[in-house]
Amino acid sequence: MAGPNPASGPLLRAEAITKRFGATLALDALDLTIIEGEFFALLGGSGSGKSTLLRIIAGFDTPDDGRLLLDGADIVATPPWARPINMMFQSYALFPHMSVADNVAYGLRRAGTPRAEAAPRIAAALAMVGLTGFERRRPHELSGGQKQRVALARSLVMRPRLLLLDEPLGALDAGLRERTGFELRALQRETGAAFVMVTHDQEEALALADRVAVLEGGRIAQLGPPRAIYERPASRFVARFLGAANVLEGRAVAAGFDSTEAGATFAGVIPADTVAVALRPERIRLAANATGPNTARGVVEDAAFRGDDTLLLVRLAGGALLRVAHAEEDGAPPERGGGVTLAWDAADVVPLAS
Amino acid sequence: MTRGRFVTLAMAAGFAFLWLPILLLVGYAFSADRIPFQWGGFSLRWFAALAADDRVIEAASLSLRIATGAASLAVLLGGAAGWGLARYGRFRGRALFGALIGAPLVLPEVVTGLSLLLLFVALESVTGWPAGRGALTVLLAHATLGAAFVAVVVQARLTETDRSLEEAAMDLGATPFIAFRTITLPLIAPALAAGWLLAFTLSLDDVVIASFVSGPAGTTLPMALFAMLRLGLTPEVNALGAVVVIGVGSVLILAALLLRRSDSR
Repeated sequence: MAGPNPASGPLLRAEAITKRFGATLALDALDLTIIEGEFFALLGGSGSGKSTLLRIIAGFDTPDDGRLLLDGADIVATPPWARPINMMFQSYALFPHMSVADNVAYGLRRAGTPRAEAAPRIAAALAMVGLTGFERRRPHELSGGQKQRVALARSLVMRPRLLLLDEPLGALDAGLRERTGFELRALQRETGAAFVMVTHDQEEALALADRVAVLEGGRIAQLGPPRAIYERPASRFVARFLGAANVLEGRAVAAGFDSTEAGATFAGVIPADTVAVALRPERIRLAANATGPNTARGVVEDAAFRGDDTLLLVRLAGGALLRVAHAEEDGAPPERGGGVTLAWDAADVVPLAS
Repeated sequence: MTRGRFVTLAMAAGFAFLWLPILLLVGYAFSADRIPFQWGGFSLRWFAALAADDRVIEAASLSLRIATGAASLAVLLGGAAGWGLARYGRFRGRALFGALIGAPLVLPEVVTGLSLLLLFVALESVTGWPAGRGALTVLLAHATLGAAFVAVVVQARLTETDRSLEEAAMDLGATPFIAFRTITLPLIAPALAAGWLLAFTLSLDDVVIASFVSGPAGTTLPMALFAMLRLGLTPEVNALGAVVVIGVGSVLILAALLLRRSDSR
C-alpha cells in the first residue's frame, strides 16, 4: 500500500464541526484533518454523521458551529459552486438529458474553459475511466458500472484537489466492486487528488483507504490506518463494527482480565481501565488439553464451511458464544455438539477501554 | 368464461357511457337536416354557417386569446408553487399550502366563480383595477384555476426527479440559477408544456366561472354556445360543439403524450 506522501501537508481541516437536525446531534464537535493526496474513508452506520460531514465539506449543508479550513482558509461561507472540491454522488446524478460528453463537459463550461482546451481534457477524462467511444451515449443507455465511470470522469475533469465519494461502490454488483475498487485506487494515485469516501461497508473502507475514521454518533470513534484499526480496535463499538471480532465483557484483575461470560482469564498487556477484550476468530486455535489463562472450553453449536476455513460457533462454559475460524490446513473441523478446548496468544488479546 | 372477456365488456360499457353522447353530437353536426337530432345525409353546411357567424368567430378568437394568456400565467404561478412544494422541504405551513393550491381542483366552480367576482369587485373599488369585468378578469380567473393543475403536474415531475442532479450541477460550478436553467428546467419542460395545455383546455371549455367574472365585452366561445342553446337547439350548436370537442380532445391527447414521453426518459 503506497500511503500518502508524508511530506505533503494538511489539505482540509475540520475544527469542532457541529451540526444539529432538530433535536438530533448529527456531528458533535468533530475534528478531522485530510492530508494532501491521501485516500481517506469515513466509515460508519446510518446516523453516524458520515454523510452529513461529506455534505458539509461539499457545501450543501452548513455546520451550526466550527470551522472548515481548506489550505488554511475558512470555506464555511463559500457556496458549493465556488469550492475547488468535487463530489461523486451515490446515485451518480448524471444529467439524463445530456450525452456522456456533455455531462463531462458541464463543469468546464461553467468555468468558461475555452473549447480548444476543454475537448482534450474531456477526451482524457473519458480515456482515464475507459469510456472512450461512449461520448454520444445517453445515461439511460449505460450500465451501472459505466454510469459510475461517467460520474467519476465528470468530477475528475475538474482536476479537484479533493474528491468526495458518497458510497462509490454501493450501487454496483458484487462482482464489479472489487475491480472498481482497484480502479478507484489507481485513479487516485494517477490524479494525486485526495479522495474522501463515505461508506458503511468496513471491507470497502479497509481495502481502499490509506486512513479510516470510524464514526459513531457524530464523533470519531477511532482513526488510523486500516490495519491498525482492524488489529487494535479501541472500543467495543469499533471492534463490533469492523465485524467478526469476538467482544467479551469482564473486568481487569491482577492476572490480566477475567471474563465470567467466557469462563476464561485473558492474560496479556491489560490496562486497569479495560472493560472488555476483543479476540479475532482467526486467532483462536483448537488445543487439546490446554489449561490456564488464554484458554477456554466450550461446545461446538454450529459450523459453516467458508472455503478457506470453517466458522465454528462455540458456546463457552460461561455462556458466551465465540466465533472461531478453523483453517482448512489444521485438519477436519470438530463435529457439531462436540466439546473443544480453545487457546490463543497473549499478543492477540486486544483490551478495550470503552 | 374468461376474465379477459369481462374486462373488455366492462371497458366497452364505460367508454360507451362516456363517449356515446359526445359521438352522437359530433355525428349529428354533419347531418344536413335542420332538426338537430334527425339524420338528413352528410353535409358540412352547419360548419359553413358557423364560419359565417361573426358572433361565433369573435367569441372563438377571444376564447383562444384568453386561454393562451391564462395558460401562460398559470404555468408561471403554478410552476413556482409546484417547485416550492417539491423542493423547499418541510417548511412551516407546507401541508396547508399544498391543500390550498389544490383547492380549486375540488371546489365547485360556482364557488370559485362567485368568490373571484367578489374579489374583482372589491379590488376595483379599492384600487381602481381591474376596471370593470371582461376578458382580463376571465383570464385572471382561468389562470387561478389552471395554476392549480400546473402545480400538481410540476410537483409530481419534480418529486420524481433526483434532487442530487441540481446539487451535482452546483458542485460542478453552477450557481442555483444556472443549475435551474440548465438542469431542472429542461427536465420539467414536458410537465410545464403539459400543464400549459391542460390550463389551456380548462380555460377553453369553462362556462361557469367565465359567466361570473365576465362582462359585456367578454363573451367566450362556451358562453356564446350557451347563449345559442337558450334560443333552442340548432344544428349550428352541434357543429360548434363538435369543433370544441375535437379541438380540446387533440390538445388533451398532446398533453398526455408529452407527459408519457417525459416519464419514459
